[in-house]
Amino acid sequence: MGLLLTTLFLPLIGAAGVMFIGKHHTKAIERFSLILSIATFIVSVILFLQFDSSNPGFQFVMDIPWIASIDAGFRIGADGMTMLLIVLTTFIMPIAILSSFDTIHKRQKEYYIMVLLLQFGMTGVFLALDTFLFYVFWELILIPMYFIIGIWGGKDKIYAALKFFLYTLVGSLLMLVAIVYLGLAYAAVHDGMFTMDLLKLREFAPTLDFEAQRWLFLAFALSFCIKVPVFPLHTWLPDAHVQAPTPGSVILAGVLLKMGTYGLIRFNMEMFPQAMFHYADMLALLAVIGIIYGALVAMVQTDIKKLVAYSSVSHLGFVVLGIASMTVEGIQGAIIQMVNHGLSTGMLFLCVGMMYERRHTREISEYGGITKVMPKFAVLFTIAMLASVGLPGLNGFVGEYLTLFGSFQSKFLSTTWYSILSASGVIFAAVYLLWMFQRVMFGTNDNPHNQHLKDLSKREYAMLIPMVIFIVWIGVYPKSFMQFSENSTKALVGKLETLKFGTSAYQISK
Amino acid sequence: MIQYIYLVPLFPLIGFLIVGLFGKKYLKSETLIGTIASSAIGLSFIVACAAFFQLIGENPEQRSHIVPVFTWIQTGALNINIAYQVDQLSIIYTLIITGIGTLIHIYSAGYMHGDKGFPRFFAYLNLFIFMMLNLVLADNLLLTFLGWEGVGLCSYLLIGFWYDRKFEGSNIVWTGDAAKKAFIVNRIGDFGVLIAMFLLYQVFGTLEYDSINQQAASMTAGGGMITAITLLLFLGCTGKSAQIPLGVWLPDAMAGPTPVSALIHAATMVTAGIFLIARNATLFALSHETMAVVTGIGITTALVAATVGIVQNDIKKVLAYSTVSQLGFMFVALGVGAWWAAVFHVMTHAFFKALLFLGSGSVIHGMHEEQDIQKMGNLKKYMPTTYKTFLIGTVAIAGIPPLSGFFSKDEILWKAFDNGSPILWAVGAIAAFCTAFYMFRMMFLTFHGKERFDHHHVHPHESPLSMTFPLMVLAVLSIFGGFLGVPYALGHFIGVPNILEHWLEPIFANADKILGHAAHHENHAIEYGLMVVSTAIASLGIFIAYRLYYSESSKPTELAQKLSGLYKLLWNKYFVDEIYQNLFVSPIRDMSEKFLWKIFDVKIIDGFINNTAKATGHSGEYIRKMQSGVAQNYAVYMLVGIILIVGYLVFG
Repeated sequence: MGLLLTTLFLPLIGAAGVMFIGKHHTKAIERFSLILSIATFIVSVILFLQFDSSNPGFQFVMDIPWIASIDAGFRIGADGMTMLLIVLTTFIMPIAILSSFDTIHKRQKEYYIMVLLLQFGMTGVFLALDTFLFYVFWELILIPMYFIIGIWGGKDKIYAALKFFLYTLVGSLLMLVAIVYLGLAYAAVHDGMFTMDLLKLREFAPTLDFEAQRWLFLAFALSFCIKVPVFPLHTWLPDAHVQAPTPGSVILAGVLLKMGTYGLIRFNMEMFPQAMFHYADMLALLAVIGIIYGALVAMVQTDIKKLVAYSSVSHLGFVVLGIASMTVEGIQGAIIQMVNHGLSTGMLFLCVGMMYERRHTREISEYGGITKVMPKFAVLFTIAMLASVGLPGLNGFVGEYLTLFGSFQSKFLSTTWYSILSASGVIFAAVYLLWMFQRVMFGTNDNPHNQHLKDLSKREYAMLIPMVIFIVWIGVYPKSFMQFSENSTKALVGKLETLKFGTSAYQISK
Repeated sequence: MIQYIYLVPLFPLIGFLIVGLFGKKYLKSETLIGTIASSAIGLSFIVACAAFFQLIGENPEQRSHIVPVFTWIQTGALNINIAYQVDQLSIIYTLIITGIGTLIHIYSAGYMHGDKGFPRFFAYLNLFIFMMLNLVLADNLLLTFLGWEGVGLCSYLLIGFWYDRKFEGSNIVWTGDAAKKAFIVNRIGDFGVLIAMFLLYQVFGTLEYDSINQQAASMTAGGGMITAITLLLFLGCTGKSAQIPLGVWLPDAMAGPTPVSALIHAATMVTAGIFLIARNATLFALSHETMAVVTGIGITTALVAATVGIVQNDIKKVLAYSTVSQLGFMFVALGVGAWWAAVFHVMTHAFFKALLFLGSGSVIHGMHEEQDIQKMGNLKKYMPTTYKTFLIGTVAIAGIPPLSGFFSKDEILWKAFDNGSPILWAVGAIAAFCTAFYMFRMMFLTFHGKERFDHHHVHPHESPLSMTFPLMVLAVLSIFGGFLGVPYALGHFIGVPNILEHWLEPIFANADKILGHAAHHENHAIEYGLMVVSTAIASLGIFIAYRLYYSESSKPTELAQKLSGLYKLLWNKYFVDEIYQNLFVSPIRDMSEKFLWKIFDVKIIDGFINNTAKATGHSGEYIRKMQSGVAQNYAVYMLVGIILIVGYLVFG
């Protein structure tokens, strides 16, 4: 339990710690933040190892009363899915911080405070077992991310930051209404006992009638779908990515977007199953459109970063598709795909950032033949690209295959066409990534600005190599990670199937 | 030895890691790198041989072994193992891959000498062998798919190996373009395999070949689902094995170094499609429709590619079209249910086509990177070993007895006649005629006639022993390889059994039972007759090539002018690339850029959002003006409000 608290609060303590370092001691600030984030990672790994994956329920649960009048408490805990996302977060953050050393050259003190606050907020979102606490963390994230884009961003940073902020805010306001309504509905049948305890609400919400579930579902779903982002709510993402500094993009793609897909599972599917059954087809349809649309638009981008941003829309479509399938394979695929996307797209953003630092442009046409001057970079860039393309043996394939497999076999979706059409995404992914790679890395190096680019530095290796290790590990032996969420997913699907069909192949064990 | 079969793919993997990680920085020496990479494959070959001999010693019915290694993907009901299946089919492929692979590794050490990317080349080559072995040794379709995509990746990396070189092709400027094209076209096929896997799982509840095969054996033919599955699998085959409609990538794949063309784009990877169908023969046998499609596509590809081969001037492109054509023959064999004949042709083709490609590499090497056969001539004087071995390969592919190509091609043609139709045989024979013609055309233009190259710049020379040695080994195999599958009709006569057919019999037993093919006909008269005819046709092709090309003449140019329409059609490869470009590639790209991105994303969605924001801002502007601070105005608002409320209460 102490470890869970440490994982959550260490970044906050770190943010506070940075405040006490003089703002001119940038080296000290950088090092302190890095060491702190690595420490957090180590703590979370120990926690990870203590997690009992045979237990499908929440573990390390804490419940500290907070605001008695609305029964809001400091309630946290983790199940398998949470655990994976926590470790993903603590893993991505040191890498993002390391990449900040090269990319953030002004107001470092404020920057690192923001980054650590962001980590605190994201960890909180995944751990919260209280709707009030969840909402607080959810909103808390907006602030540091807004500043990271708005202060340390590119040319149109204000527009992008504002767009990000407003988009997300519109969604989350409706979510707040839903949270309050949920508490009131609970009170109506529990002698006026209003609550925000997620563990109680999780038991209660599925018993609501369909109409109530439906509106609650939509209110939550809007907020989460904006975050993912699900087509057609995605237009904030390319702007945010292009304007954000490299570490901002890495965090955004690596962790932040997963808050949306996490929410879809934790709230929409687990709490409003009747509405989920009703809207599964719609969700799947939007996922399919997102997969193909994102890929097609990515294909014609001239800015590498925008290309990768649109590819995110496509890749997260697979996650949403897996969730909509409501099969063990599909949901497990969605969960591992969240991790995968964080790794491979995060790594792609790092690579794009490394090129940007050298050339200060992201226009594809400015590059060509880079392999010649940066052969080591080329190898690692290739691996990131292939992971993103979904090559078997690397991580992306496992997630894509399972989400497609799940949606194909799903009893909840009305047609296998979602799966078949989505599978065409594997073709388009190859088209846009290979085409970009061809224009950037292959050919002759004719541009005089590109003749003397330096190959990877030790620091850059330190960012990319850990990514590669996990990309290969998950691709070859995904069981090490997937077993953590296997039982909780089985329990969930068991519940859903029993509710819909009366029977389930997956026994519900309490 | 069979239980250690995982060593076979393991050695190349280790080789890949050693050479890939330490090659450039620590090993440095070409000899060392070449030795490590080659011996990795050599060791695999030895293990494979040991396993092979163990299989021979076993009861024919019990020659299938599953060797599990570890669990790959396990969630819900899905359980996919990394497990290898050793049986009569996979061991043949394994021997071809590791055997020819070793030879080509040795050859490459000479061919790639001095290249800056030497370690990278061998790392890719070892990785390729690793992937290819996973493809053929897999006990389930998903592991095959890993190998399937993996070899596609290596093909991509090796086609684009000289990433800064130009390469001429339709819509292709760089070698990288050709590499990208190969990968993407293959991905279209892989899409089919992916969907087929989902359907297979729905029908059979597993992706393991053995289980699918056993269940399929008890099914009745004619199910629509099986047709869908097999057609989708076949879509994958048309990608990997370069058949119509996905064959367009293979000629451009010649942008890669020549040993790559020999190993990947002739001997091994492109025959993966044949493997996939042979592995699932029972399934395919259940669908007449699919079998008809396989036959139709195969024979059409065989003929179309052979005709294009006639007019090509790039030595490697002639061989590339020839490969496409020969693969078409193999699919014809599969389509008419002559499973073993397809595998037989895979084997003999691996011998003589690897030989021809390596020979062309030797020519290119000796001619200082020249590939245009119009700029060669009389090379037999300078490259005697290359010439002799190349001649053997050419005779073998032309189908002249008793070289290996004769036996396998003739078996296919005979089965096309016997199980198919006389028309099928006739089209195949025309394709065989074209083959003999274009091969000898190339042969004469390259090695005979006048020297058409510039003596000041080009000094042809024979290649080193590391390159000619593999040529000699392959030449021997090309001569004698056919005796492994002497047709029953002939063998019966001269007392030689059909070793390969007998060996593969248990693999295809279920499929044959479904098709109900009689094993052997008693009357061999037709078979003898056709054998003579097809040999005569091949000889005719050689004779015409001799008349046109052996000695310098203006006849070919005149012929081209006379048939300029046809010539243009063939020269432009039936305009398939252009059709695809205008029908699919450009429209999709234009739609994505001009509509989806610039209109839908930017104008419609973002326009809506920005306008909402603006509208909010503007309405704020207006509403702000109402707060004028003038009391009379407020009184008016109040009055209007009261009137509205009263009106609602009275009339509403």
